[in-house]
Amino acid sequence: MTHATAAADLMRPPSPAEPGAGVYSNKLGMWVFLASDVMFFTALIGSYIILRFGMSEAWAAPGAVLNVPLTGFNTFLLICSSVSMVKAYAAIADGKPYFLRPVAGKMLRDGGLKFWLLVTILCGAAFVGVQVYEYIKLVEHGFTPAGYREGSLIAEHALADPVRYGAATGAMYGSTFFTMTGFHGFHVTCGVVAMTYLYFTKVLPEKYSPQDYRGIETIGLYWHFVDLVWIILFTIVYLI
Amino acid sequence: MTSVAHARPQAHDGAHHAPMSFWQKYIFSTDHKIIGIQFLFVSLFFLLVGGLLAIQIRWQVGFPGTPMPLAGLLPESMAVGGVILPEYYIQLVTMHGTFMVFFAIMPLLVGVYANFLIPLKLGTHDMAFPRINMWSFWLALLAGMIMLAGFFVPDGAARAGWTMYAPLSARPDLSGATLAQQLWCVSIVVLGLSSVMGSLNYITTVINHRAPGMTWFRMPLSVWALFITAILGVLALPVLQGAAIMLLFDQTIGTHFFDPVAGGQALLWQHLFWFFGHPEVYILILPAMGMVSDIVANGSRKPIFGYHSMVFAIIGIAFLGWIVWGHHMFMSGMNPTLGSTFMVSTLLIAVPSAIKVFNWMGTMWRGNLRFHVPMLNAIGFVSMFTIGGLSGIFMAATPVDIPIHDTYFIVAHIHYVLFGGSLFALFAAIPYWYPKMFGRLMSEPLGKIHFWLTFITYNLVFFPMHVIGMGGQMRRLYDPTIYDFLKPQQPLNEFISIAAFALFAVQFLFAFNFIWSLWKGKKAPQNPWEDNGLEWTLSNPAPHGNWEKVPNVYRGPYEFSSPESPNSDFLPQHVKLPTDRDPVPAPPPAGH
Repeated sequence: MTHATAAADLMRPPSPAEPGAGVYSNKLGMWVFLASDVMFFTALIGSYIILRFGMSEAWAAPGAVLNVPLTGFNTFLLICSSVSMVKAYAAIADGKPYFLRPVAGKMLRDGGLKFWLLVTILCGAAFVGVQVYEYIKLVEHGFTPAGYREGSLIAEHALADPVRYGAATGAMYGSTFFTMTGFHGFHVTCGVVAMTYLYFTKVLPEKYSPQDYRGIETIGLYWHFVDLVWIILFTIVYLI
Repeated sequence: MTSVAHARPQAHDGAHHAPMSFWQKYIFSTDHKIIGIQFLFVSLFFLLVGGLLAIQIRWQVGFPGTPMPLAGLLPESMAVGGVILPEYYIQLVTMHGTFMVFFAIMPLLVGVYANFLIPLKLGTHDMAFPRINMWSFWLALLAGMIMLAGFFVPDGAARAGWTMYAPLSARPDLSGATLAQQLWCVSIVVLGLSSVMGSLNYITTVINHRAPGMTWFRMPLSVWALFITAILGVLALPVLQGAAIMLLFDQTIGTHFFDPVAGGQALLWQHLFWFFGHPEVYILILPAMGMVSDIVANGSRKPIFGYHSMVFAIIGIAFLGWIVWGHHMFMSGMNPTLGSTFMVSTLLIAVPSAIKVFNWMGTMWRGNLRFHVPMLNAIGFVSMFTIGGLSGIFMAATPVDIPIHDTYFIVAHIHYVLFGGSLFALFAAIPYWYPKMFGRLMSEPLGKIHFWLTFITYNLVFFPMHVIGMGGQMRRLYDPTIYDFLKPQQPLNEFISIAAFALFAVQFLFAFNFIWSLWKGKKAPQNPWEDNGLEWTLSNPAPHGNWEKVPNVYRGPYEFSSPESPNSDFLPQHVKLPTDRDPVPAPPPAGH
């Protein structure tokens, strides 16, 4: 391959006279932003750890207040969206911008960028939807950012079984739960909005090619990061 | 060379521009120089706001109970019969700190000079992400407006000190302010976003957008310092954002993060705030150090002494900055063993700081000194920063910190590093790069008068604060005369106040010089300071898009009095000597 064709490949920028990081700026900028986001979640999660384990009374038992199976399904949705994100990335890297194409001799059709990115957007949007539903139900039953609302269903349970429901720690449980999962949900929402924007401005008009699909790779990095944060949050908020 | 041009996909929008409307060019501009100048005007305005708050503080401390001139302009909720109320006084100290740290010094150093200098000194057309850069400015302005709005809401501005210690800040029933406390949090979250957007731009630009031949160790120290500062900003600001969001939720939606009654921890706020706050201290001083390094070398006509050790000192300070936050909390209730650990890590910072001070002195030693205004202010920086650094060692030592914690000693210390340090560096940097921004020079005689008057009155204000701090006067104290043991110090307080008014008045010289020179200043020659940096290869003011063709770089930026230089005492980075070889494009990555 000649020098000139390599130079035209925006995914693999040739080294300038003074080498930079060897990646294009959008990707580098996203990495830097993610480093910054790590620090944001570190502040929230670190506070949660200090508050929870700094208390003498026990936290509510896993599953006592929160609907773990529902959120388990939501976790599955988000992991699926990460897989479809990889498929979208691989599709455009292989030069498949289309939606679906029949494959000779097979029942299944071959998905392209348009298909897999749409799957990702839908999974992400479904995740946010389930989370909103979960919030509404929790607040209805009396679990709020301020703790267990007096006279509510959960407050009655907590009176009957103070250890299982962590009656003494309900206020901190509510504070940390809603703040951490809320900001994660906000990140997912931002990702869905950004991907939808890309879908209509770049993906549908087929502006990406195997030589330049920087937008997909950059948003993909963000999406996998948000997924990773959720796996940590699901573990420490719901399961332990 | 084609590969170099292709390597920067964003670069081709430089140099060749269609004509733009006034709004595109000066208001919603994506040009890094215009954004830097926008930051300059806005943060100088906030510097004035912070100064106005400061002289009111000094009136109350110097002359408690005496009607303040012009206090009739203030509403009854702030001053009655011209006398400042305690509720207003605490707003004054809170907002003075907030405005000076977040909206004056930080944007002046980072917003103005990172934006303006990084592309010019590295030899690129613009930042990596010009539109994000524009957003960074507008969000910073929005944050400043939200903060300023605090003064105009019914219960007055935020009033828990600029450090916003919980639970005072978290509970309106304790602080007496509801909306303004929330505005403070919102403003800080917006500012954090602005800062992260700016910083990720600076980092990406420095890594990926350097001119051919501009190796890491040919970068000017100002760019090194701004680069490391950006890393600190990207990692520290989100922590403050997280903390401010938790505080905001405590105030609004009923969470209890910082409320011990419901199981929260008030100390958690302090940890979060200072985990951000100490890196923030270096965000406020590292760019100043970098720019002073450039100016000291230029004014001494010598290569900077120990260039590499300067770079590693910056990195060392930035790294150590992450593991010292506990020294702000020695008196907050801390395990003595942990306190000793923080003491040791804090004292370690004296090592890279001293390396820098000795290197500046080594640069000036037997140099062919040119005492232009930037150089005078840079020397002011070095000497004042040294005093501030030495008083810092006092407070880093736990046994000494116990009696002087939360007294005027710390007020003296912070002002020696922030005013004597950062602001003197800005008084050096503003006239130094003024020609590159506006095409004219600021008045030298006026600048020299301003420097000497500022230097003298500044020391008259802040040096005695060490003494009254040792005497036990608490910071943020409304009226020192209510304590018998502080009464003997009151004449000194009056003296400080009078000096402070003089210091404030002297700054109008600077303001006049700055504004007057915009129209009437002497037209600047292309390279007025005879400097080596790439920015001086451009005309004044620097044109839109910077270079038609980015220059090659052949050496570091500090080749002053070089024997190789044919007929001057400086050797610019882009000048090719017969012995120099052009930077060779690196081969494309393997497999392509």
